Amino acid sequence: MSIERDVMEYDVVIVGAGPSGLGAAIRLKQMAADAGQELNVCLVEKGSEVGAHILSGAVFEPRALQELIPDWKEKGAPLRAAVTGDEMHMLRSAESSYKFPNWMVPKTMHNEGNYVISLGNLCRWLGEQAEAMGVEVYPGFAAQEVLFNDAGAVVGVQVGDLGVSANGEHKPDFAPGMELRAKYTLFAEGCRGHLGKRLIRQFKLDAEVDPQHYGIGLKEVWEVPAEKHKPGLVVHGAGWPLDDANPGGWFLYHAEDQKVFVGLIVDLSYENPWLSPFDEFQRLKHHPVLKAHLEGGKRISYGARALAKGGFNSLPQMVFPGGALIGCDLGTMNFSKIKGSHTALKSGMIAGEAFAGALFKGAEGGDALQAYPEAFKASWLWDELYRSRNWGPAMHKFGTLFGGAFNYIDQNIFGGKLPFTLHDRRPDHATLKTAAEAKKIEYPKPDNILSFDKLSSVFLSSTNHEEDQPVHLKLADPSIPIAKNLPKYAEPAQRYCPAGVYEVVGEGEDQRFQINAQNCVHCKTCDIKDPAQNITWVAPEGNGGPNYAGM
Amino acid sequence: MKALVSVKRAVDYNVRIQVKPDGSGVVTDGVKHSMNPFDEIAMEEAVRLKEKGVISEIIAVTIGGQKNEETLRTALAFGATRAIHVKEDGEIQPLTAARALAAVFKKESADILLCGKQAIDDDANQTGQMTAALLDIAQATFASKVDIADGKATVIREVDAGLETLEIDLPAVITADLRLNEPRYLKLPDIMKAKRVQIEATNLGDLGVEAAPAIKVTKTAPPPARSKGVMVKTVDELAAMLKQKGLV
Repeated sequence: MSIERDVMEYDVVIVGAGPSGLGAAIRLKQMAADAGQELNVCLVEKGSEVGAHILSGAVFEPRALQELIPDWKEKGAPLRAAVTGDEMHMLRSAESSYKFPNWMVPKTMHNEGNYVISLGNLCRWLGEQAEAMGVEVYPGFAAQEVLFNDAGAVVGVQVGDLGVSANGEHKPDFAPGMELRAKYTLFAEGCRGHLGKRLIRQFKLDAEVDPQHYGIGLKEVWEVPAEKHKPGLVVHGAGWPLDDANPGGWFLYHAEDQKVFVGLIVDLSYENPWLSPFDEFQRLKHHPVLKAHLEGGKRISYGARALAKGGFNSLPQMVFPGGALIGCDLGTMNFSKIKGSHTALKSGMIAGEAFAGALFKGAEGGDALQAYPEAFKASWLWDELYRSRNWGPAMHKFGTLFGGAFNYIDQNIFGGKLPFTLHDRRPDHATLKTAAEAKKIEYPKPDNILSFDKLSSVFLSSTNHEEDQPVHLKLADPSIPIAKNLPKYAEPAQRYCPAGVYEVVGEGEDQRFQINAQNCVHCKTCDIKDPAQNITWVAPEGNGGPNYAGM
Repeated sequence: MKALVSVKRAVDYNVRIQVKPDGSGVVTDGVKHSMNPFDEIAMEEAVRLKEKGVISEIIAVTIGGQKNEETLRTALAFGATRAIHVKEDGEIQPLTAARALAAVFKKESADILLCGKQAIDDDANQTGQMTAALLDIAQATFASKVDIADGKATVIREVDAGLETLEIDLPAVITADLRLNEPRYLKLPDIMKAKRVQIEATNLGDLGVEAAPAIKVTKTAPPPARSKGVMVKTVDELAAMLKQKGLV
């Protein structure tokens, strides 16, 4: 049965209201205003509002924002905690640590001139700027399908249907999703976007590059007593409780209003299937270095999101007929700085400029617009990503200590211009050892003061999904979790999911794989790490997912 | 017949409320806001009455700062025919809101005011009642069913003892309870159309209304944390514990 859908036509449709999508939208409108032309720009966002699904550290480098909105300060952009100090620690055990003197820290890890921000709040503000310029922003609507024309070019997206029951039937309040058609469609879904992933596969955009590499970032917002609060202090660290086979790093930032952002990033190339990023994060907070900042405080929010950190060596082709990838959907994070917000914003701005230019010349869409990658390659963004290309692979190849030493020499002495490139060609889903080979990890019980269990954490993400709707985590083969993943890897989904979505319940013959889809925080880790690549994340009904405030 | 529906912008029901560290109120910065859910129900009821042909015009009205425009856009997407924004950047207490609503009601010669029984941010449950009093017209609060015919409204109210049926003359104020209806999904095409509607702006001064800051909030505090429970293994152990605590 075919469904009749409303259709709306635009010049440009953008999927996702993060820094890249908003950067593109604003730049398109600025270009139109400068040229005295009209451009219709529509932006859809699956979160219940702009910023609801945004999670980032974040220490923000204002370079791109300065270019986009030079008077951001006067306009009240929420950059309020200028960085006042940088610390870097190597944790050697649960008790001991070593604090690096400043001269030993790679240059890219210095943060003078940067700000500790909530990226969610910055996006809320950018959303207001975009709307004021005439961008049509529609939160609560998820782009579900890519629309193609007969020639195979992208011509827009279809927004998800509302009011479909768990078994796929139309409920009385069924509302068919609209078709948003555009000359060009920009995909800005963030890391591992579900449409971006399909486009990369369909147009073979990554044929000539290294596989993308990922991390899972877990973050909590704490409110600490005034006497412990040092606004603008930035602390980074590595080492315990992770190791070279299961690497990662943590951050702790003092933001404004007595807020502290604390988080752990675990490389999704980790080997031990017993590892639980969530539990690693919980025990990490008990280390004296972190505890000193958090003690006496109160946890007020929790969330998690995967990040694409392959950088330069994993950058796929940026354009395809009828559209482009921008931001983390493309993979523009600079892992040597552990920053992706300014690069995402910049990539969106470059795309906005290029596509506006083409439209002014009368472009009708359907082509792979080379002006965007050309401008990208001529920008500081390309240079920045090129210089940091060896960072991640060095860490994987040489381990944290020697990789760190390599990165120190590479960044501080050669400015990232060593005349060779390290590659890392093993995809993250293929790195797990078997459960029998790996050492089982016993995690300590949470104390409910510094550490907490998964369910009470998920509660703090305010995630919410309409219950009666199809499960949005699709198994290509429903037998794999119990038949293959369980005996071989002790079904790692139970542990890598930071929201308790996946459970193996029952005993013996009755064992089954349960998916608690309503808990999902849209981090995409399952889609990335499942060793059988059997789980596909698709967009649930609009408005669903976390409701992060100040993340 | 003309219906006025008052819609308030409130912190979204999904948001976990945070008390500011200094206890001066709750955190509203960077926090999702949406239309007060009970006002959504009132709005839905108005739209259903319009679909039945009972009312011909729905005027949505809100009182507050610039961001309240979003709430009016939502009301328009639901199906309001017009939207009035009473612009006021300061705090709005129930009596001020009631005075403003009464003024708009009179000016528009409306027949019925539909609003939520209360807003989920301050839970005051006063505005509907006070507006009826200021206008000296009938009121039916906590409505779970509304029928309108022949210049009268038949309203079923949920009261402690069960269901109470009232018949009131119009014009009247009706406040919506949770079970009155289930608001529909807003459709993207309707939201798009709503963006293009001109919102009518006014303010307290133009309406001849004086703000009435009659209430002063002296302190805001989160509820005390629940103390940790104890797992007991047997009934005897439970009985012993209860005795020990002097509860039995």
